[in-house]
Amino acid sequence: MDASRPLAPAVGGDEVAAARSRALAFLVRRDRYRLAEGLPWIAAIAAFFIFPNQMILGGQTLIMILFALSLDLILGYAGIVTLGHAAYFGLGAYAAALLITDLHWSEPFSGLACAAVVAAIGGFFSGLILLRYRGLALLVLTLSTTIMLQQFGNLFRDFTGGYDGIPGITIAPLFGRFHYDLYGHTYYLYCLGVLFVASFVVRRIVYSPFGQALVGIRENDARMHALGSPVHWRLVVAYTISAAVAGVAGALFAQTNTLVTLGVFDFDQSAAVLMMLILGGAGWLYGGFVGATLYMVLQNELAKLSPEFWQFGIGALLIAVVLANRHRLFGRFARRVRALGFGAKP
Amino acid sequence: MTAPALEIEKLQRSFGALTVANNISFALPRGGRYALIGPNGAGKTTLVNLITGRLRASAGKVLLEGDDLTALSQAARTRRGIARTFQVNQLFRGLTVLENVYLAIGERTNACNRLWRSAGKETAVLDEALDHLESLALVDDADKPVRELPYGRQRLVEIAIALAQRPKLLLLDEPAAGVPSSESHLILDVISRLDPDITVLIIEHDMDLVFRFASRIIVLVAGEVLTEGSPDEISADERVRSVYLGERREDRHG
Repeated sequence: MDASRPLAPAVGGDEVAAARSRALAFLVRRDRYRLAEGLPWIAAIAAFFIFPNQMILGGQTLIMILFALSLDLILGYAGIVTLGHAAYFGLGAYAAALLITDLHWSEPFSGLACAAVVAAIGGFFSGLILLRYRGLALLVLTLSTTIMLQQFGNLFRDFTGGYDGIPGITIAPLFGRFHYDLYGHTYYLYCLGVLFVASFVVRRIVYSPFGQALVGIRENDARMHALGSPVHWRLVVAYTISAAVAGVAGALFAQTNTLVTLGVFDFDQSAAVLMMLILGGAGWLYGGFVGATLYMVLQNELAKLSPEFWQFGIGALLIAVVLANRHRLFGRFARRVRALGFGAKP
Repeated sequence: MTAPALEIEKLQRSFGALTVANNISFALPRGGRYALIGPNGAGKTTLVNLITGRLRASAGKVLLEGDDLTALSQAARTRRGIARTFQVNQLFRGLTVLENVYLAIGERTNACNRLWRSAGKETAVLDEALDHLESLALVDDADKPVRELPYGRQRLVEIAIALAQRPKLLLLDEPAAGVPSSESHLILDVISRLDPDITVLIIEHDMDLVFRFASRIIVLVAGEVLTEGSPDEISADERVRSVYLGERREDRHG
């Protein structure tokens, strides 16, 4: 049964063909790799050679970029606002840490995989319940879920080490060959490799038909329901993937810090990653790169200036960005950046 | 198949003490062209929401081609072949017209379940979307974000999305509402040329449109069916006239 019979006589076949290919071009070309998308990676590699003494900070920055990327998938694309994303970062961190200290399995990549699975399971089951809610209710529920998880860890102190944490996490050499140096060089390259793979995966998902449906839910979930879309399932799937990526970030954190405490579940963590993403802009995949780098470098420099009040500077910057965004100054800037060839905001 | 396309039986819905749908029953034959009219607040949009499953009925049944859909969710009913348009546009405003239709087709064909393939490589979905837009003379705007279109064309996209769902039953909730008269012919053209296999129920205040389009008219007042009949019967009906002139009918009050 064809719902639509031709209405307009096919006059100007050339014009129609041109219009068709114009419309197609956007969707077909959207996910082609652009030259400008190489910039973040070139910058990351350049940083490795220009600031060899800052690679500890560099590695932590890459971890936060990965964490922010996981948040971008649900916030920037699916429109899920959360204040509890640290839950999955923390789950991944503890999974990776306990794998080493309790199960004595220290191969790093399988540690990441294990963390991803644990965080994904956490994301799936919490998402089933949490994603029935929207807006303020969701904010409060995500926030309290993370607090509960933290207290749960505190309750089973024997297992998790409580707020003292799990010390002495040491991972086996990368690929069994590359040892870790004091300057964090190996860690940095390890994190960069993982971030690269995760970015590829998230990018694929965002530009898939499933990613298109997520954007549809962000733009108008009432219409998605009317289209017969399994909105709740779509959100749960996206949330699970996002949790897995956040878990990998947490695992990297555990593996490179040798110590994990319940502090990974702190509200500060959830808030910081949200601020990073907003600083860099949500919904274009590279917000984490810009925002996390800005945040981490500023934090580092401001803490040198004033160890107690560094957050003042971050707060001021965030206010400036949000206000500028409101007044579309930043929007114009963002469009210009996009015109350079970064992923178009769908 | 002898079962009517849509049959609703004693549909009831209350919000607290307020009954917005009271014992509503009617049947639409396959391919029927029905209009649903009634004064503001009669419960017309509520009825559409009850049929699509956006609202759950307190009592009563909704049957599509004889199948009882009452227990099904909105998404499940949609997949059985019910599509609707909204009185106030419900579009993906930031997305292009093509993407809007893409989502309708992608969800219908389950292409949107795929997350490891480029959206631009779903050629079956894209071709169908573009053919569909071409048939509705919307292809020129296919690459434009919906929010940049004039309102009349946005209303057309609203209908285009619903048609892309390939429905058996199409519920049009005031499709021409808010469209300036210079553009209303766009909507009228599309509606008058709908596939005769699709069963259509249209809610409309514009009586010219109703009389041109509908072969049967159902009049809804205060959540109840007042009467049903051909356009001639309805226009001759004193009760309908009095309702539209705003005379309060004491027996229907409350």
